Amino acid sequence: MKTLDQIFVLTQHWLTGLAPAALQPLVSMLLIIAALMAVFGTCFALTTILERKTLGRMQNRYGPNRVGPFGLLQPAADGIKMLTKEDIVPEAADKALHFLAPLALTAPVWLAFAVLPFGRNMSAIELDAGILFFFAIGSASELAVFMAGWSSQNKYSLLGAMRAIAQMISYEVPLVLASVPVLMAAGSLSLPEIVRAQSGYALGWIPRWNVLTPWGAAGFGVFLVAAAAESNRCPFDLPEGESELIAGFLTEYSGFKYALFFLGEYLGLFAVTGLGVTLFLGGWHAPATWLEWLPSWGWFGAKFSALIFLFIWMRATLPRLRLDQLLNFAWKFLVPLALIDLVAAAAWLKSGGWQFAWALETRWLLCATLLAPAYVCLGRHWRGGTPKPRRYHYAQ
Amino acid sequence: MRNEIAFYLVAAFTVAFAIAAMTLRDLVHCALCAAGAFAGLAMLYLQLDAEFVGFAQLLVYVGAIAVLILFAVLLTRGDEVRPGRAAPARSWWMGAGAAALVLAAIAAPILLSPSLEGGAPGAASAPVRRIGEELMTRYVLPLELVGVLLTGALLGAVVIAMREEPRTEDKAGGIPPRFTPTPGNPANPR
Amino acid sequence: MLGLGILKGFMETGRNFCGSYYDPERLTTVQYPEERLEPQANARTIPFLIYDGSDPIGGLRCTACTICEQECPAHCIEIVKDTAKKPDYLGKMQLHPKVFDIDTAVCMECGICAEVCPFDSIKMDQVFERAGSHRRLTLHKDDLSKSNEYYNKIHPAEAAAVDAARAEEQKKAQARKAAAAVPATP
Repeated sequence: MKTLDQIFVLTQHWLTGLAPAALQPLVSMLLIIAALMAVFGTCFALTTILERKTLGRMQNRYGPNRVGPFGLLQPAADGIKMLTKEDIVPEAADKALHFLAPLALTAPVWLAFAVLPFGRNMSAIELDAGILFFFAIGSASELAVFMAGWSSQNKYSLLGAMRAIAQMISYEVPLVLASVPVLMAAGSLSLPEIVRAQSGYALGWIPRWNVLTPWGAAGFGVFLVAAAAESNRCPFDLPEGESELIAGFLTEYSGFKYALFFLGEYLGLFAVTGLGVTLFLGGWHAPATWLEWLPSWGWFGAKFSALIFLFIWMRATLPRLRLDQLLNFAWKFLVPLALIDLVAAAAWLKSGGWQFAWALETRWLLCATLLAPAYVCLGRHWRGGTPKPRRYHYAQ
Repeated sequence: MRNEIAFYLVAAFTVAFAIAAMTLRDLVHCALCAAGAFAGLAMLYLQLDAEFVGFAQLLVYVGAIAVLILFAVLLTRGDEVRPGRAAPARSWWMGAGAAALVLAAIAAPILLSPSLEGGAPGAASAPVRRIGEELMTRYVLPLELVGVLLTGALLGAVVIAMREEPRTEDKAGGIPPRFTPTPGNPANPR
Repeated sequence: MLGLGILKGFMETGRNFCGSYYDPERLTTVQYPEERLEPQANARTIPFLIYDGSDPIGGLRCTACTICEQECPAHCIEIVKDTAKKPDYLGKMQLHPKVFDIDTAVCMECGICAEVCPFDSIKMDQVFERAGSHRRLTLHKDDLSKSNEYYNKIHPAEAAAVDAARAEEQKKAQARKAAAAVPATP
């Protein structure tokens, strides 16, 4: 069991041991990088096809089923199509920036995987400020999106990029705020440390995952919504709204550069999903003692897939928001809720030492009285009351 | 040795981007180069094992301030800039003076500090936990002051950006005057 | 409360997701090359010419009257009359088309030609798999000519009415002929 759990770590050590001593650090790094790129590259290919099939089923369709068995070779066909397409650069485009933008979007996202713990002893680097690193890397994508939109010299691109930046900046705030209670609970910014803090079981059978506390549940909700917006997923995919902005900042991209944007977006989703698993769902911990025979990376993968499925489900269900609704939702609902969640988490952690009977129930009640009315009130008022009938000046 | 090579590479990267940010004609290019220089600075911090400062620099400067600059450029830019050589503005000496002052303000404490004598100090380890503890105990007053200042700035920005009161005509349910075609100034010339 | 509607939506899509696996009735997709829908009776694509009998060229009903050519809004029909005349189904001598071309690149499949034809000769087809490895978009007489049986197959009711009317006319013409032939003998 131990061997299976640590099989990737052991393999990596064994392969590193084969190299000459001087090269060992380099080989070790390269092995990890290669493994991460292979795993998440495959993940990307699989997600595209599974997403399309799931969306199809949710709309009572089959989804792609032509290429290969069950259509599983569809990503390969898509990849060949993307690679062989003509790469069109607009005449007026800023050539250098137009070329750099997809790289600037995709390259940093790979870095984000470096700090995620995928299993026991399985994180590429254990940074003291791991989560800060994650968010710092994520913030680079805004510039990349701006570069793409601006260098295309196209109204739709620029509008799409501006929307995307407004959205990303707005949703980064609730994303970070929702993670702060977790950092408070763990007392560390290091992701492996946060996972360690969620080990063990309360009352002997409830896992000590953050999502199973009142503040954790609320934080997880805020985090999920903000993560969907941060990675431009439906229903927050209006920067590239095909129907109104003809793909926004992607308008002038074709061929492999387009594929790179696509890859960057999916990798961003994976990274932020991995972070969600780590912060709220107990990372690689098993949900019960008798399930601990499954390897830790298996549990991480299971939770990760479940969350990805949730995102796909969300895409199949919810229609796209309008821009003002999107920003109002971030600033008038998610940010206040995350702040109140912060207070609730502080109360929960401060009352951790209570010893009297019904202490746990009292703590739950305390947090719930903080969070539930806030949720109801904010949910009712984030649009500023019931919308008035709209008046169109020009039509009169 | 390896550290020194890395330092010179990163320093060259940062300085190159900083120079480019000053000399390029296109303001958007300048802003992007400034973002590159910020990122170079973050790398320098990281090289000094100042993880927290480095990542905060990335998060704040590249993620927020660079975008702010870009927005400012895009929202205020008038005509397209004319191509040609960069010409120093007439009041360049004021800029140079300000830069010299800032440089002096930074350089003076560094040159006066006693740590210069003892050779290169060992890597200062500042784990995030200690930074947090210091901020919450010894430096709590400055932290609070900065917080108050930023909150004030935020409120000021909100006040400036707040939607203006609807005009009286609008309140009465009429059409705002700028949309009403008048005989003297028809909204639609055709 | 915010979220209830969203949850309802999630339930709906979730039900679809699960339902589509055990209830094939839900999947309305027709997997085209293998499965096909029955064509609709009044579906129409490009026009075709009807022939009677077994000779696709000789048996054409078309008399090269050029009404369709003149009425076609897109001017996609080109007719050149043959000089020789042949008897039609009523025994009258009629012209025949030497050339009957339809430019399918221009044809907008409106069906006016079929409506104006007094000889029930040009009708609307239902073929839609017209892609080929050639670039020829102008269809000639021999491409367009299709049998009356085919017409009966794709538009049964309409074709039966046309056939009945033609049989009636034929009977009348024969009766007239017979009537004209009787007084001549004495």
